[in-house]
Amino acid sequence: MLIYTLKRLVAGVITVWFIATATFIAMHQVPGDPLMNDKAVSDVIRQNLEQRYGLDKPVSQQYLIFLSNMLPPDPDFGISFTQQNRRVNDIIKDHFPVSAILGLLAITFATLGGILFGALTAIYRNRLPDFIIMFLVILGISVPSFVFAALGQLLLVNVNALIGYSFIPVAGWGTLMHMLMPSLVLGLGTMALLTRLMRSSMLEVVNEDYIKTARAKGLSPIRIFLKHQLRNAILPVITILGPQIAAITTGGFVVEFVFAIPGLGRYFIQAVQQLDYTVIMGTTVFYGAFLVLMVITVDVLYGFIDPRVRLK
Amino acid sequence: MIDFSPAEKSVAIEQITRPSLSYWQDAWQRLKKNTRAIISLYIIVFIAFFTLFGPFLWQVDPALQDLNQVSQAPALPKQALLSAAYIQWQRIVIQDFPAEPDSYRDQVYAPKSLRLINMATTQGVRLSWNPVVGAGGYNIYRNERYPEGFNDLGLPLGSTYAGNEIGYEDRLGLEPLTYYYSVVPTDGFDEYEVYSVLTVTPQLTITVDEAKARNLVSDTARPGDVISLEFHPLGTDYLGRDMLARLMEGARVSLFIGIFAPLFFVLFGIAYGGFAGYFGGRLDAVLMRFADFVVALPFLLFMILFKIAFGVGPGESGIIPMLIALVLLSWPATARLVRGQVLQIREQGYIEAARLLGGRDHYLIFRHIIPNTMGVILVTLTFAVPAAIFTEAFLSFIGMGVVPPTPSWGSMCNEGVKTMLSHPHELIFPALLISITVLAFNLLGDGFTEALDSRLRSRE
Repeated sequence: MLIYTLKRLVAGVITVWFIATATFIAMHQVPGDPLMNDKAVSDVIRQNLEQRYGLDKPVSQQYLIFLSNMLPPDPDFGISFTQQNRRVNDIIKDHFPVSAILGLLAITFATLGGILFGALTAIYRNRLPDFIIMFLVILGISVPSFVFAALGQLLLVNVNALIGYSFIPVAGWGTLMHMLMPSLVLGLGTMALLTRLMRSSMLEVVNEDYIKTARAKGLSPIRIFLKHQLRNAILPVITILGPQIAAITTGGFVVEFVFAIPGLGRYFIQAVQQLDYTVIMGTTVFYGAFLVLMVITVDVLYGFIDPRVRLK
Repeated sequence: MIDFSPAEKSVAIEQITRPSLSYWQDAWQRLKKNTRAIISLYIIVFIAFFTLFGPFLWQVDPALQDLNQVSQAPALPKQALLSAAYIQWQRIVIQDFPAEPDSYRDQVYAPKSLRLINMATTQGVRLSWNPVVGAGGYNIYRNERYPEGFNDLGLPLGSTYAGNEIGYEDRLGLEPLTYYYSVVPTDGFDEYEVYSVLTVTPQLTITVDEAKARNLVSDTARPGDVISLEFHPLGTDYLGRDMLARLMEGARVSLFIGIFAPLFFVLFGIAYGGFAGYFGGRLDAVLMRFADFVVALPFLLFMILFKIAFGVGPGESGIIPMLIALVLLSWPATARLVRGQVLQIREQGYIEAARLLGGRDHYLIFRHIIPNTMGVILVTLTFAVPAAIFTEAFLSFIGMGVVPPTPSWGSMCNEGVKTMLSHPHELIFPALLISITVLAFNLLGDGFTEALDSRLRSRE
């Protein structure tokens, strides 16, 4: 298990290096000049700025500096081009927690909802609740999240108008009430996917021998359902969580955009619009590293939960 | 004693009683039984027709602005009155009434007999009223509801600066709605807290010249005729552009990305994965490790990154950079899948047999291996289409996709969200089209999966 974890970590480090290199190459293909803006800048100022951002050095040296600056334990992504004297590290430190909380809540919603609804559809297989939930699942997969976001806002506007005061705020960030609707919207797609997966997983488990054994032993149906069927059916659902975390983090872009949430995704879009080179590179590498770490964590955790994986 | 004797050779034994079905014929038969998949197929055909032939049937320029019908909900064609060209209105000034009040007053009367001069049209609303003794000027306001009090008069339109100037013409963005005009007398500077209100509903009007320029009337049309304005079956957007024409134009962008990006990356994935899988060994390991790296790139971030790296010049729509970025980032999944399939098929007996019979590499690849992976590839392709349409919509929605004024379903949603409360149709139509298209491709993909699954084949 330790060797497996170590192997995965080494591969992860190489992956992060690849992401950083790809980011560096892509950013150096961007047409234009990071120091070019509307203001006329004298040559002296320009030279000083280039020196400050290390742009006066050859590209190969810039690449090495870029890589060495990012080495742990103290990675440094440089200074923002457009926000005066603000370090990229600070931007990430300030705004990533917002995205992380949003994502965590969304994952929680999605997992709980997916397992619950998936189990329900399996219990009521080919009966009305099954059809209704599976219809909603198809909707959840087919309707883009920004439409859900807009509909969610519309719902909140009407609910608030009915109550007479802003019970659940339509947009913004700060309290738990602010977080409810965005994280629900963000989790919907994943919830639909997990429900579908949970349903087929439940139906597969039902035919296993150990369920028959349990039934033959005379265990109560509830006990069989909770202890034998549900627990075994959840396992394959958890594997998909790693990649889904990635999907939720990037899906957060749209939700942050619609609900005006000061998360890292919104800052990334803003940085792209203003061509803020250091922020774009820093955010991309940071997100990449985060996602790699998440996938490894889920895989390793899965090894602990399911002993069969450890043997491989 | 002979227990066994050879069967008599006859044609009947050798004959296959049921017609032989190829893999694809069988799959097609099973797909036909799947109602949902067939309905989806019809929907896809309809959307393809909508995209390809729609612009020929509905020949409206998607960029043309109809400023008489901005943010118009779907409705039957509206009637409008033709009017002559606009003539500058003369100010109404009463010569024998003092322009300046002779003395300051605490209170004056509200303007009496506030009335319309000429007919109220969207070309202009002309107001006049009786002069107020003691006034040094008047302020004119316009509201879209009846004013509830002095602080609720609405939009300040303008002022006159003489007590004897008692006319005002409003030409500010008039629509065929009901307006409440208020006139407040001033002492030339400050307002007196009295006002008169007039309810006016302007008639929708366009000039003869404009109607001719827009091909709405023949040459014989004269002012006073009532004509129909342009018909917008699905309404117009916030700039007065026809929604139906824009949806068709947007469908071209969305479906172009949706069809061609998967096609290219699936083809590349087949080549890459097939190559790695067939030759195997160290080459396979290196190639697949590279694919693993590409998978690890954060997708949406790199879509945006690549798109700005390719750059969008002036006048370009940004579709091609998006297509390239999508292909560059999406191929590894197909490559991995095809490689797995090839590894499986390579070990099959019929490959060995073909090789023994002297089949060369390229013969084996093109005759045996690729046709046998087609089922899986078709399923991948069907599911890749909605994913690509989604990606395009996402990017365009956050403003990182196509460049305005090129419409795409995603960017139309982005515009629609802003006016969602007052003009929901601008969001509903593009959102509905995205959802239906994605739904149809998803259901068709499910159908293909079931129809092409050879494990299901034996059950029947």
